[in-house]
Amino acid sequence: MTTLQQVCRHIRSKNAGPFWVTIDFFFDGKDNFDRYHASDAIGPQAFAAAYGIDAAMVKHYPVPDLNVLKVSYPRATVQGGVVERDMHSGQQYVRLLGIELT
Amino acid sequence: MDVKTGAAPSVTLLVPVGSLGAGVRADEVRYGLEQGADVIASDAGSTDSGAAYLALGMSKNNREAVKRDLQILMAAQAEKGIPLLIGSCGQAGGDAGVDWTRDIAVEVARELNLKPRIALLYSEQSKEVLKRKNAEGKIRALSVLGPMTDEMIDSCEHIVAAMGPEPYIAALEAGADIVLGGRTTDTAVLAAVPLMRGAPTGLAWHAGKIGECGGQCTVNPTAGAGVLIRIGADSFDVEPLSQNNHCAPDSVSAHMLYENSDPFLLYEPGGVLNVKQARYAQLDPRSVRVTGSEWQTMPYTMKLEGAAAGPFQTVMLVGIEQPDVLANLDEFHDKFLAALNARVASTIGAAAGDYHISLRFYGWNAVSGQRPPPGTPAPREVGVLFVATAATQEMATDIAKACNPWFFHFPLKMGTELPSYGFAFSPADIERGRVYEFVLNHVVETDDPMELVRTEWVDLSQDHQSAEGQTA
Repeated sequence: MTTLQQVCRHIRSKNAGPFWVTIDFFFDGKDNFDRYHASDAIGPQAFAAAYGIDAAMVKHYPVPDLNVLKVSYPRATVQGGVVERDMHSGQQYVRLLGIELT
Repeated sequence: MDVKTGAAPSVTLLVPVGSLGAGVRADEVRYGLEQGADVIASDAGSTDSGAAYLALGMSKNNREAVKRDLQILMAAQAEKGIPLLIGSCGQAGGDAGVDWTRDIAVEVARELNLKPRIALLYSEQSKEVLKRKNAEGKIRALSVLGPMTDEMIDSCEHIVAAMGPEPYIAALEAGADIVLGGRTTDTAVLAAVPLMRGAPTGLAWHAGKIGECGGQCTVNPTAGAGVLIRIGADSFDVEPLSQNNHCAPDSVSAHMLYENSDPFLLYEPGGVLNVKQARYAQLDPRSVRVTGSEWQTMPYTMKLEGAAAGPFQTVMLVGIEQPDVLANLDEFHDKFLAALNARVASTIGAAAGDYHISLRFYGWNAVSGQRPPPGTPAPREVGVLFVATAATQEMATDIAKACNPWFFHFPLKMGTELPSYGFAFSPADIERGRVYEFVLNHVVETDDPMELVRTEWVDLSQDHQSAEGQTA
């Protein structure tokens, strides 16, 4: 069993403006990037399930030069609203760390 | 002269810090000046910390920190006679933020006996102008929100339009030494002087993006505050201002990812930066050379940011160490929340209106709000944040006060002795003010980059009031 956490050297999440969140997965080496970055386990449906959003709005951007996968999605609630729990979205990546890759 | 390209660097940009007030370092600025800086440029904010700063016209940084940074930068500006540009003054870049920064700059000038000509760029927008623009079909929604309506415009406390580089260039051409701008794209304030001096457009904008957070594009962002960028005919070179740090191709190229939803395209007023073909190479042990940045011109637009004030909140906080509660936190949460809502119904009733209560268990699942998987070990303690949201501050506080006895004593199992949880404060309820949200995600087309911008001047070049004069 391989988890996302095991094949990335760094993962971060952050607001990209008040309406979007962007998550950068820095894979540990080219082999891990090539093997896992297109995995369905981190495809649009996985983000839709993890964040309660529409899968059609999830955007995947592979950046092979950096062995990075960038994924951006619209916030389920606008930044700073009544139920805000993570103003800068800096903790949003954590729930993905244990995702099992195939 | 560079041996590889034969091109001499033409514009040297000193970015002293990622955001004015975050801590400019005098030794770093000195190094940048010695390297022949042609301009000092930084932004002072962004939308990142929330809509409250725009709605309230309030800075995130404290006045003393901004003043200290301006002391170093304004002295450097005067010593070398190079422009100093600050964008998004006062965090949100509303008119109040520009005025706040202007007053600090004038105070610094008088204390240091400096005599700059200061241009002030205002980009806050009147609702009438925006409604007219919208009626003319000149306002377009970006992907998330729907079309602009008069109601959306009216809901905003303040609306700003993010400026491009043109107002800065116009101010410098009109004789400004210092330009203090309202809301501006982070990149534009850095790209302004390179563009004015004829640097290639793609390189100037790309350099602006790479430098926008100061030392964030270096290998060790905590080792220093700023960067120096030399923009030449077909490349730009970036190096940290700190001597204990360096840039690497990955640290520089990865910055294109930062706080940007698309890693290759960056939409700006009047065009889009495209870095799909950009290449990043180590130039020397400290510097990275960037080539291949492209700019595609598009119709001129400015992004609108509008902050609306919503309902009011009152909060309370208790700490719980009691083992029976900690072993059953999800069950406890649901019973607790139901009891508090029942308490509001029985004591306040319909008068509470469209209220909302949220209980957030810090130490368990407060940040995600999601249920931890079965078998998750009980924490050592939890902090329970109670958040009441209501139409008025008085009602939010009334709700908190109605809930106070249960919030203090609510047991896991009824029929047992009532526990007393650990309040952190007395009085227990804290009035937090309003909820603020960004409600616009639109761009406005302009006939001219200056159409929605107002420029004012504070000319201290003839000023006879010195620090001594003030105290006399």
